[in-house]
Amino acid sequence: MDRRGLVSVLLAAAIVGAPVAPALAAGEDFIPLLVYRTGPYAPSGIPIANGFVDYFALLNERDGGINGVKLAWEECETQYKTDLGVECYEKLKGKGAAGALVVNPYSTGITYQLIPKAAVDKVPILSMGYGMSASSDGRWFPWVFNFPTNYWSQASAVVRYIGHQEGGLDKLKGKKIVHIYHNSPYGKEANPTLDELSKKYQFELTLLAVDHPGQEQGATWLQVRRINPDWIFMSGWGVMNQVAVKEAASKGFKMDHFIGNWWSANDADVIPAGDGAKGYKGATFHAPGTKFRVHADIFKILYDKNKGAGRREAVGEALYNRGIVNAMYTAEAIRTAMGKFGNKPLTSEQMRWGLEHLDVTEQRLDQLGMKGFTHPIRVTCEDHEGSGPVLIQQWDGAKWEIVSDWMAPMRDVVRPKIEAAAVEEGKKLGYPMRDCSKEK
Amino acid sequence: MTELLYGVAVAPFKDMVGSPAFFVEVLTGGVFAGLMYSLVALGFVLIFKASGVFNFAQGAMVLFAALTLVGLLERGVPVVAALLGTTAVMIALAWIIERLVLRPLVNQEHIILFMATIGLTFFLEGFGEMVWGANVKKLDIGIPDRSFIVAGVQINELELSAAVTAAILVAVLAVFFHRTRVGRALRAVADDHEAALSIGIPLKTIWMIVWSVAGIVAIVAGIMWGAKSGVQFSLSLVALKALPVLILGGFTSVPGAVVGGLIIGVGEKVGEVYWGPLVGGAIENWFAYVVALAFLLVRPQGLFGERIIERV
Amino acid sequence: MIYREAGQFKTSYASDQAIFPIAQDRWFVGLATVAAFVVPPLAANEYWLQAVLIPFLIYSLAAIGLNLLTGYAGQLSLGTGGFMAVGAYAAFKLTTAFPPLNIIVVFVLSGLVAASVGLVFGIPSLRIKGFYLAVATLAAQFFLVWLFNKVPWFVNYASSGTITAPNRAVFGVILTGPNATAPVRYVTALALVVVFALLAKNLVRGRVGRSWMAIRDRDIAAEIIGVRPLRTKLLAFGISSFYCGVAGAELVFLYFGSAETLAFDVTLSFLVLFMVIIGGLGSILGSFLGAAFIVLVPILLTNAPQTVGLHLPVALQKQIELMVFGGLIIFFLIVEPLGLARLWQISKEKLRLWPFPH
Repeated sequence: MDRRGLVSVLLAAAIVGAPVAPALAAGEDFIPLLVYRTGPYAPSGIPIANGFVDYFALLNERDGGINGVKLAWEECETQYKTDLGVECYEKLKGKGAAGALVVNPYSTGITYQLIPKAAVDKVPILSMGYGMSASSDGRWFPWVFNFPTNYWSQASAVVRYIGHQEGGLDKLKGKKIVHIYHNSPYGKEANPTLDELSKKYQFELTLLAVDHPGQEQGATWLQVRRINPDWIFMSGWGVMNQVAVKEAASKGFKMDHFIGNWWSANDADVIPAGDGAKGYKGATFHAPGTKFRVHADIFKILYDKNKGAGRREAVGEALYNRGIVNAMYTAEAIRTAMGKFGNKPLTSEQMRWGLEHLDVTEQRLDQLGMKGFTHPIRVTCEDHEGSGPVLIQQWDGAKWEIVSDWMAPMRDVVRPKIEAAAVEEGKKLGYPMRDCSKEK
Repeated sequence: MTELLYGVAVAPFKDMVGSPAFFVEVLTGGVFAGLMYSLVALGFVLIFKASGVFNFAQGAMVLFAALTLVGLLERGVPVVAALLGTTAVMIALAWIIERLVLRPLVNQEHIILFMATIGLTFFLEGFGEMVWGANVKKLDIGIPDRSFIVAGVQINELELSAAVTAAILVAVLAVFFHRTRVGRALRAVADDHEAALSIGIPLKTIWMIVWSVAGIVAIVAGIMWGAKSGVQFSLSLVALKALPVLILGGFTSVPGAVVGGLIIGVGEKVGEVYWGPLVGGAIENWFAYVVALAFLLVRPQGLFGERIIERV
Repeated sequence: MIYREAGQFKTSYASDQAIFPIAQDRWFVGLATVAAFVVPPLAANEYWLQAVLIPFLIYSLAAIGLNLLTGYAGQLSLGTGGFMAVGAYAAFKLTTAFPPLNIIVVFVLSGLVAASVGLVFGIPSLRIKGFYLAVATLAAQFFLVWLFNKVPWFVNYASSGTITAPNRAVFGVILTGPNATAPVRYVTALALVVVFALLAKNLVRGRVGRSWMAIRDRDIAAEIIGVRPLRTKLLAFGISSFYCGVAGAELVFLYFGSAETLAFDVTLSFLVLFMVIIGGLGSILGSFLGAAFIVLVPILLTNAPQTVGLHLPVALQKQIELMVFGGLIIFFLIVEPLGLARLWQISKEKLRLWPFPH
């Protein structure tokens, strides 16, 4: 056989070797995990995925699953790319005993392209603190959840925090605030809210866009230097974060007046800047670190037995803990649904009910070993967001520390905007508005 | 209408004159950024000059070099040894590329060789990440990262040292090309493969040397860019920043890469700072190409490119 | 033996110049087309249709578009993503502004919009050549994507900043939007690509295609024999952009369902260029083969370890996949630098003689 013959054989072999789904054990609750452990966003993707997997593994190992039903999951690598996201979703949505219970896309692009499919495929989407802000209105988006809080709430909570630091919201008058944002729909999310707040509290707002991927931000920081703002808020992603923190540090900006949003304040974002990053702040909706009972369990039951998903030292990173919170919400929603539909494997529609009636109380958090780890949350038919409050964390050179109380978002400003946007986005998809008083 | 015209044609210039210190700062910022682009562009130029290959993998080589260096440093290898080790790895890589990719594809069209380097890019990205991991790593080679102010102009030490490094690198390369035996052979190969072969210049060795030198340039670029953002996968995207520089400066000119870098760097910074706000900002990326395009319409072969003489 | 053309006599110029002059080819292509329309919608599951076949068809169309420009007319372009974005945003604007308009008509119109944008960015091609021309097209790429991202009018001032395919029906069948089923979307994409591939094939066989190739091979010589460079090059840019525009509209309306500008960034331009080179420059068939290679091989590689029962961590699997994919590209180029289409042609010639080697 000559070389070309070999090629045809290889091609034929490749075509025959088509994907075949491995059988999963019946009687499990299946959660697909769209992860990105490789590619340019892997530094953020790895801790999130590990947090997820560790918490699910903990539930299986420690409690034998949820109410006797084991959790099953399968990872699929998206590299944060939309087309791979489609592939992963299509591959995993039908797996498990009753299909995927809920999808966590972990990418704005993938979330947007899954939202229209969610209602058709009847697979709920939990885009925790990202995705489409308008989906906070559950009347229009029954299948999409973005609790505990969204970008618009976050922006308003950060403004509240800045007001606190300045000695009251009325002191914001005349202050200069710069929003540095990733030049994409994600980065622009906070702009309208900030714009409205700047009129309300009369601070000077400057919006500076950084084009993807954001490795070279010279011009942006030149403008920052000229404006000489009192505060900087940043909605960054990927390499943009590391470069921005480094630029701010080397240009001598006061780091404790530089606040990243919750996708711009992971451990990986500040490490390249070294000591210069000291003082940098970030928004979050859960605590960093490992001082909670749930972490003790994770160490004891998983890492001490070499069953952990990642490196031991990486447990407790900001985004690792975000993975845990997300997994906890998922598990609690399953538990909620089981409370109504019985302790057996769920369907995705039952799961949707569970998500919509999720009520994680202070007491429940304590039982889960997460007292003080995150804020209690209650989801309703109207409100898929919950307007959860926001914490501010600060990098001390080695780890994140919480430096604020829970900052409540300005719901009076944000919610009307959400409802208006939901009408517009919902109509675009041809959805009707649900009447929540008729929902059980 | 007059307002718009004023905003485009008058206000920015008034602004420049109005605060000269800041204007100088924008210019220096542009120069520094431009030299950073040149660092990447140089690698492209070297390879294109000697082997006619548009090396798409240059970005991946920058990433791979930086990953290797940081990986060695993390394992406790002293800085000098790590640098030497990385150099050795890049030379080995050049040897493998010459053997497995270039030699079987000798005499093929440019576009085919270009495609082969794309295959190389995929391979290096996968391999680098598999060996060294996908996390962001801090690259600390002892360059201070502070700023000082001279006459109201803020200058960053890291950027300054990157600029100096780039300048030294270009000088060394210029000497290497013009004053050494190997350099002369390289230029001969660049001019005419067959003529060079016929007077006894070993083409394969020359290619290996060129790819090795490009690998070493990649190490320098990797260090400088890696010091900015940490060493991570995104480093392979810096290649995109070098494209307008390359096109402007010409694919075959070392000084072109530097001058092109300076023009693009200064052009995009001035454009973004003074004209960007008019249209909502973030114009840097396409503005660089528009600057390059404007130059190309006057000189289609690039600033320092060889004049294209067409015969039928 | 199987592939023997003895006894097939051509008695007219028309039959001699047919696209498929050999009966076996005609039969094979005809049957394959019919099979493509019938088999997958009935046999394939949603994963195959949605994640593999639909993107393959759409990328094929884009690759044909770029191949017309780069392969036939010899003008290197890295603006494919930008032109596809024009098609996508034009389709979105048109169908939201005139909802009753037939969606297929919308696709064609958005292709025309993309064509006119392509014409504008093709103008520098008269003066700039080769790799240098890439700058003009890259300027188009970065500028267009920036424009769609920056101007909210393009997304109808949506707070989300994205475009979404609405439900649109033709003759009562929903073709696009969330309620369109995968088989319907597949057939739509297939029908479009078959029609446009046939058009392209005829275009490159005719006067236009020949003038493109003349320009590609030696532009000055072409000028001397009476081919007008400006018109010919601009026509190539226009028609190529038309194809890319339709493909871009399909990308959002039949595949993603919803998209932001990042979906059209420069990596998409490179991806389509890879398809054209690996498939074969100057070959319509090559566009299909190239798209198949770039779309299918990674997916097959991703799923291969699981198929044989090997469960690797996803990261390691992806890294190995990248390495194998890169290696395969180099391997195929070494085996046949002129692309997969040439490989196909060679195997056809072999089949002609088979089983007798001489």
